[in-house]
Amino acid sequence: MTNEDLKTNFAQLLATASFEEGGEWLNVNIDAKDWILLAEYLRRDESLLFNSLFCLTCIDWKTHLTMVYHLTSTKYRHNIVIKSKLDSKNPEIETVAHIWRTAEFHEREVYEMFGVNFLNHPDLRLLILPDGWEGKNPLRKDFEDPINMIKL
Amino acid sequence: MVEEIGKTADGDIIINIGPQHPATHGVLHLVVTLNGETIKKIESHLGYIHRSIEKMCESLTYRQFIYVTSRMDYLSSHINNHACALTVEKAMQIEVPARAQVIRVLMDELTRIASHELWWGAMAMDLGAFTPFFHAFRERESINDIMEETCGARLTMNYMVPGGVMQDIHPNFQNRVKTFLKLYKSKIHEYDELVTGNIIFQNRMKGIGIISPEDAISYGMSGPALRGSGVSCDIRKVYPYEIYDQLDFDEVLETGCDSFARYMVRLREMQQSIRIIEQLIDNIPEGEFQAKTKAVLKLPKGEFYQKVETARGEFGVYIVSEGGTTPYRIKFRSPGFSNLSALDHMARGSKLGDLIAMMGTLDLVIPDIDR
Repeated sequence: MTNEDLKTNFAQLLATASFEEGGEWLNVNIDAKDWILLAEYLRRDESLLFNSLFCLTCIDWKTHLTMVYHLTSTKYRHNIVIKSKLDSKNPEIETVAHIWRTAEFHEREVYEMFGVNFLNHPDLRLLILPDGWEGKNPLRKDFEDPINMIKL
Repeated sequence: MVEEIGKTADGDIIINIGPQHPATHGVLHLVVTLNGETIKKIESHLGYIHRSIEKMCESLTYRQFIYVTSRMDYLSSHINNHACALTVEKAMQIEVPARAQVIRVLMDELTRIASHELWWGAMAMDLGAFTPFFHAFRERESINDIMEETCGARLTMNYMVPGGVMQDIHPNFQNRVKTFLKLYKSKIHEYDELVTGNIIFQNRMKGIGIISPEDAISYGMSGPALRGSGVSCDIRKVYPYEIYDQLDFDEVLETGCDSFARYMVRLREMQQSIRIIEQLIDNIPEGEFQAKTKAVLKLPKGEFYQKVETARGEFGVYIVSEGGTTPYRIKFRSPGFSNLSALDHMARGSKLGDLIAMMGTLDLVIPDIDR
């Protein structure tokens, strides 16, 4: 499907979705509460079949966080980017680890680096950072570590 | 993690593999739950070589950050640099001269061969055969010499820059590559005679570490590991970049879904890289090796993503720009991270000894996983 087709499809599916165009792929902004149902649909629907979550990450915009999901279909070769705004004080979103198994590791990484709480995640704990780093999120913009210098 | 050695309530034994273990080829820590010799669960503990490269890149300019990426997947450093250069070029709409494009692809493919050579030797060593390692390094050395002459380094090359390559190829480059091709072709049969055809090797590889195509996709696997399950996913073919769409080469697919299939994919992939090099080595166009770019690069506001095929799989660079000289956020989608996540699923029910064979065919590079 082309970006235009995907957009028409989405507009019917989710009235609250807004789009960002101009990039290589269609960017869709959604509400965090719609994510789990939408993810389920994107994965299962025969004409979309987004079976591969190839990138999952988060961006700290200081005022809020944005979750970014890059999806592709190995059958139709179309790509889409789903974004969801989260509150930076108490960021929460449903896990998709049961839909795309790769999300389990990626969500753990985002959990430790940004402090996003993935609801119903099977095993949400530190993956890369050593024990005792809970609550300190290195990839947040306000993180400072004068001992282990990571900024120049 | 000493407290984790012991028994569970069911009488299962928990053992630690790594962080210092020869078979992990780096500092990877696996906590394996065993029932006798059968694996019940594998838990990965990462981060022993985590340097927070993504955070570091936020304070580096678009010319500087490329050099840090050589330190992630150090066996595919050219290809990592290439991905970053492509992202910056895509965002700034920089036209790369034809000569630079050909040189880049030549370097990428040489890197791929060198990486697969190391993998082949190291994997055979994991299975207890020491000789193949020396055979692999004989060929790998000559690639390293080529790199050293043109790029000035043997491992972290830092040769690709936005707009092209850093300097022109060495006058000896073409001759050296041709000598290498001759050497490689005269030795390639040894690989099969020494390892592939060996019955003990085959018994240890066939039917081991089976993962279905659906599961492999769901776990985000990519590269030779996914193609061993018969899924077409070579970025060079599916989303061609640079001049790959004008080249004549095949995507290697195997349908065995097991360790042996993944082994065969990598082995045959080296031959395809040879084919690409042969097509290009006498056809390097004359001209500039670098486009004229401004001294200070400023990316327009927006988000840019570029994926490339490294020796390990799909490597993605995601840059979020606010219009400045440094990225606001950068994310590296590393192939090893996702491939490793499938190990638990792959290994459950297998014997402990087979775990080493499985890890070998995933071709893990730990700095690439930890970043």
